[in-house]
Amino acid sequence: MSEIDEGLRSELQRQGIWVTSMQELYNWGRKNSIWPLQFGLACCAIEMIATAASRYDIARFGGEVFRPSPRQADLMIVAGTVTKKMAPQIVRLYNQMPDPKYVISMGACAISGGPFKQGYNVLKGIDRYIPVDVYIPGCPPRPEALLHAFMELQRKIDEQKLTGASKAEHLDPDRPSEFPVPAFGTHDLEPPANADVFRPPKMERA
Amino acid sequence: MTPHPYSFIVIFVGVALIFPIMPLILAWMWRRFFQPPKPGVQKNATYECGVESLGEAQIQFRSQYYLYAIIFLIFDVEAVFLVPFAVAFTGLPLGAFVAILIFLLLLVEGLIWAWGKGCLNWAR
Repeated sequence: MSEIDEGLRSELQRQGIWVTSMQELYNWGRKNSIWPLQFGLACCAIEMIATAASRYDIARFGGEVFRPSPRQADLMIVAGTVTKKMAPQIVRLYNQMPDPKYVISMGACAISGGPFKQGYNVLKGIDRYIPVDVYIPGCPPRPEALLHAFMELQRKIDEQKLTGASKAEHLDPDRPSEFPVPAFGTHDLEPPANADVFRPPKMERA
Repeated sequence: MTPHPYSFIVIFVGVALIFPIMPLILAWMWRRFFQPPKPGVQKNATYECGVESLGEAQIQFRSQYYLYAIIFLIFDVEAVFLVPFAVAFTGLPLGAFVAILIFLLLLVEGLIWAWGKGCLNWAR
């Protein structure tokens, strides 16, 4: 689809002719109008609010339209500590978002449980249940870090292919759009992690 | 032949129809040719705040409160009229005084009627 010769393209561009492909146009539109889902879980949400406000102004990147409904959202910013009580709701909200959908795991808590990792009620990372696109370390990350993650996500969207063998995951008809919602068990969430999504790196101990 | 002076309305209606319908058609075609449909139980669920819906939506509320709300509304408006009346009380001509008295009497009559009707008793 984007089989344009780069030299020819820049030559045409110099002459005032802009050549693009459907894929580039589509991705350009998508990456510049990412609508996040409006919800915050803990103190990272305050940083997220600051990012949306005028000083940091996420609107510069086209992400200011925080939607209160998952039906209209493209991006889920998991901002804060995910308690085990809250995890099923987050997975359910993620399931209700239309494809293509992206997840930014913001802050140490959303990545791994962070400072509350030892807590009996804290989920050790939202990536146990839903696929995460961008992780932001920090406790909490500054708004600049969220903006950086947003730009990384834009880069990722820009590189997604519409056709071919390496096309974007959400275009694969066999890839699920919904993930199983964990249930409250006796001691922990059941299951404790979704094995199809959660692939932690193997620990190499010398 | 000169165009009809109102022909621009026809053009305007045409543009007004095409302008919103075209993106919808484009979006539909895009979905048809690129986007694999992925419906699901939760994705198609009615409720969308993350919590599973519980119980029936068709439950009944008692309508008793509605009478109180109506009566409160009327007397709330009365209070709005009474405040300027009280402020300008000393400088009012007789006609204005009688007019506001009639207004008050009408409302008092309504209150007595509602009272006599039993609207102020909380029916169970």
